[in-house]
Amino acid sequence: MRDRLSEALRNHSAEQVEVRYEVRDSTRITYRGRQLEEASLTSDSGGCARALVKGGWGFASFNDAGAIEDGVSRAVEHARYSGGTALALPPREPCDASVASLPARSVEKVALEEKKRLLDEYRDIVMSSPRIQSCHIQYSDSLRTVRYVSSDGSYIEQRVPDLSLRVAAIARGDGDVQQAGVSLGSVGDFAAIEGLHDQVRDLARRAAALLDAPNAKGGEYTVVLDPVLAGVFTHEAFGHLSEADLVYDNPQLRELMTLGRRFGGPQLNIVDDATISTLRGGYAYDDEGTPGQRTYLIREGVLVGRLHSRETAARMGEAPSGNARAIDYRHSPIVRMSNTYIENGDVPLADMLADIREGVYVKDWYGGQTSLEMFTFSAGESYMIRNGKLAEMLRPVVLTGNVFTTLERIDAIGVDLEMNQGGGCGKSGQSPLPVSNGSPHVRMSRCVVGGR
Amino acid sequence: MKEQLVTLALRQSQQAEVYRARGASTLVHFEANRVKQVEYRQSDSTALRLVRDGRMGFAAVSGEMPDARLLDMATQTSAFGAPVSLALPGTRRVPAVNIFDERVASVQTSALVDIGLHIIGRVTSRHPDVVCEGLVVASSGTVRIANSAGLDSSYPVTAIAVSMEGVRVNGTDMLFVGDSKRSALLMEDTDSVARTMLLQLERASRAAAIDTGTYPVLFTPQGVDVALLLPLAVAFNGKNVLEKASRLAGRRGETVFDSSLTLWDDATLEGRPTSAPFDAEGSPSRPLCLMESGVVGEFLYDLQTAADSGTESTGSGRRMDARSPVRPGMSAFWFEPGKRTFEELLSSIDRGLVVEELIGAGQGNLLAGDFGGNVLLGYRVEKGEIVGRVKDTMIAGNVFDVLSRDVVVGSDSRWVGGNLWTPSILCDGVSVSAKGGAA
Repeated sequence: MRDRLSEALRNHSAEQVEVRYEVRDSTRITYRGRQLEEASLTSDSGGCARALVKGGWGFASFNDAGAIEDGVSRAVEHARYSGGTALALPPREPCDASVASLPARSVEKVALEEKKRLLDEYRDIVMSSPRIQSCHIQYSDSLRTVRYVSSDGSYIEQRVPDLSLRVAAIARGDGDVQQAGVSLGSVGDFAAIEGLHDQVRDLARRAAALLDAPNAKGGEYTVVLDPVLAGVFTHEAFGHLSEADLVYDNPQLRELMTLGRRFGGPQLNIVDDATISTLRGGYAYDDEGTPGQRTYLIREGVLVGRLHSRETAARMGEAPSGNARAIDYRHSPIVRMSNTYIENGDVPLADMLADIREGVYVKDWYGGQTSLEMFTFSAGESYMIRNGKLAEMLRPVVLTGNVFTTLERIDAIGVDLEMNQGGGCGKSGQSPLPVSNGSPHVRMSRCVVGGR
Repeated sequence: MKEQLVTLALRQSQQAEVYRARGASTLVHFEANRVKQVEYRQSDSTALRLVRDGRMGFAAVSGEMPDARLLDMATQTSAFGAPVSLALPGTRRVPAVNIFDERVASVQTSALVDIGLHIIGRVTSRHPDVVCEGLVVASSGTVRIANSAGLDSSYPVTAIAVSMEGVRVNGTDMLFVGDSKRSALLMEDTDSVARTMLLQLERASRAAAIDTGTYPVLFTPQGVDVALLLPLAVAFNGKNVLEKASRLAGRRGETVFDSSLTLWDDATLEGRPTSAPFDAEGSPSRPLCLMESGVVGEFLYDLQTAADSGTESTGSGRRMDARSPVRPGMSAFWFEPGKRTFEELLSSIDRGLVVEELIGAGQGNLLAGDFGGNVLLGYRVEKGEIVGRVKDTMIAGNVFDVLSRDVVVGSDSRWVGGNLWTPSILCDGVSVSAKGGAA
C-alpha cells in the first residue's frame, strides 16, 4: 500500500500533494428499552487526495482503491478554482513514522459476546429501577488505520482505536418524560467502561427524581460548574474561538484575537494538549503530518496561543500547532481541538459555594454549541445553591453567555481537574471527532440560565 | 450484481436484504467571500441485513470487500441481534416520484462556483463589512434494494444544496445571518438566499433589548425549523411511541395541539431530496397526516417498529447513511399554511420577539417536547413593529404546551433546511430570559 500511495504522488503539477488512505472497522451495539436494537459490524475503507495550487486547495475522496491516481488529478484540477493568495507552507523535515496506540484491554481483543454481556447488565440496572420507562444505550468502538503520504517526503502510519458509550435512562410519570444520561469514552480501552454499575444505578434514580423536580427560573445567576461541564464550557466558550481557520482571513476577528489580549483573571490557564496519548483527543501526528503538541491558549488570563493548520500558521506568520484533523477520508483536515482543559487553581469547592446566597450548581454534560461570540451549554444535572449549600434538584438547564465577558467572570478555580472523554466535537459537517476536555470546578458570576 | 449476495445469504438465513448506495458529489466551499476549496467525493456502500433464527444480523461496508466476508460479519452479529418479527416486502406498487434531474447530474463545477459568488456579491455589494462563508453541493447517485422476498428495485437521485452564512464583526459584537436551500432538481431561484440575508441584515441593523418575562414569539420559517421541528419529529417517531417515551403515546385521535395546526410528512413530494418511491427497506412511500387540525394522526414506522407495534410500516424506514441501520424517521414535514401574512402576524404583537435562529436548540429534553436556546438571530417587536436585534437572550418552551395554546399560522410558507415547508408561526407564552433579568 505504501508503494501504491507514493506512486500516486508522482507526475503532478501541484506545489504540494498529499494522500491519505484509511481502513476503519467498527462495532456498534445499541439498546432501546429492554430490546437490543442493533448489533452491527461495519468496515469503511477509502482514501483522499489533497493538492495545493497557487494558494488554493483541491480535494477528492473515493471508495474505490483503484481511484487513487484519479483522485490526485481531480484534486489538482479542482485546486485551480480556489485561486487565493500565494501560500508558502512552513518548511519541514520529511518524516517516516509508524505509531500504534495499544490500550491495556484493547477493544478488538474483547469478544462481541462479552461487550453485549456488560451492556446487558447496565440495561438491566436501568430497566429495574422505579419509574423508568426506557433505556437508551449506544456503544461503539472502532479501530482506524490511517496512512499519510505527502509530496514533500513524509510517510506516516497511525493505528488509532476508539471507544464511546452513552447510557441514558428515561423516566415517565403523569404524561411527563424526563431523562438522565452519562457519556464516556476511551482510546479503545474497554476497561474504561467496566464497573460502572453504581454510576448507572444513580443515573436511573436521577431520571426518576427529575419528574418531581421544578424548572429553574430563568435569569442571571452565580453558577458553579463541575469539572465535566466546565470542560464543555472551555471547549465551547473559548476553544473554538482559538481555532485559527475561523480567524485568519477575517481582519476584525484577527484584531479581536490579537495575542496578548486579556480574557480572564490571572488564575486562568487554558491548554490544548494532543500529546496526552491516553486521552481520546490525543495523537502523535495530525492529518497533515504535523506532530501533536501542547499549546497554551491562555496563560494567566492572557491570550498567548492558538490552534493552527499548516496553512493558517503560514498565513498568520505563526508556527503550526498540529491541530489539522479530519474525521475520516471523506473530509479535508480542518483546525480542531485535541484535549482541552483549564488548569487547576486554588479554591476548593466548599469555599466556592460558601458565599453564594442564591445560585445554581450545574453538573455533567448534555451538549454545547457556539457561534464564536455566544455559546450555550446544557447541564445534565442541576441544583439550586442556597446560602452556601446545595439545595433542591432542578430540571436540566441551558446556560448561555458571551465569550468575551464570561471568561472574565470566572472568579474561582478549583483544585480538582478531571478530564471527560464522552461525546465528540462537530464542526463544518465533520462530526463526531474524538476530543476530550476538562477542568476543575469553576465559579462564574452573572451567567444567563434559561428557564421557565 | 448483489442479488448474488441475497442468494448466498439465504444459505445461512431465512430472510436477507442488500442495500447499496453509490454516488458522487462536488462541493464548493466558500470562505472570506471567495472560493476556499472544491471537493469531489465518490462513494460506494453496501449494507446486508439478514434474519437468522429470528434474530437480525447487520453488516455494512464502504469500499471493497468480498461478499463472503460481509456475509460472515452479518452472520456473526445475528447471534446477538435483536429478535425480529418483520417480513421484508416484495415488489409493490410505488408512487412515481421525480427526484432525478440530468441538469444536476451533469452540472459544471463553474456553475456551482457562480451560484455562491452571486449570493456573496449581492450581500457584500450592499454590506461590504459582511464576510460570507458557505457551501454549494451537487450530487447524484443510485439507490438499490434487493431482498429475499423478490424485491429488486433501484432509482437514481440528484440533489443540489446551497447554504450561506454572513458574519459582521464589530468589536466584540457579532451578527450572523444566513439561509439555505436544497432540492433534488435544478433550482431556478438561488437568489432568494441573498434576499433573505439582506432582509435579515436590515432587520438587525439596530440593537434592542427585552426584559426577562413571558412573551408572544413569532417564529419565522427558519425559526420553526430550528426550534420546533426536532421535538415534533421525536414525538411522532413510532419507536418513541412504542416505548412510551413519546408524550403522544396512546393519544392517536386526541386533540393535543391547537386546531390551526395541520402537519404532514411526505416522501412523495416532487423534487425533494427527501423523497423516494420507496423507503430504505423497500416499503412504498405515501403522504402521512401527522396532525389534522390539532388531532394526532399517524406515527412514523419502519418494518420492525411496525411489527412490534401491531401495525404496518408507513414507509418511514430511514438510514442515516448506507452503513447505518434502518430506523423510523421523517422525510419532509410540511404545515398547512394559514391566511395571515407575516406582516399581519407581526402587527398583532404588542411586545414580543421574532426568532430566526438559535444556538443550543435541541440540547434540552427533546422527548419531553422542550425547545429553546440562545437567540442567535432574533428581533424585538414593539407595537407591531420590529425595533431591533436582541442579544444575550434565551427562549425556552415546550411544544406540547406552546402548540396546544392559541397559535396563529402564517401564509408565508417556504422550504427551509431541505426537509421542512413551513410558514411563520406565532406562539404565545414563551419564556424569555435576558441578561440582567431578575432571577
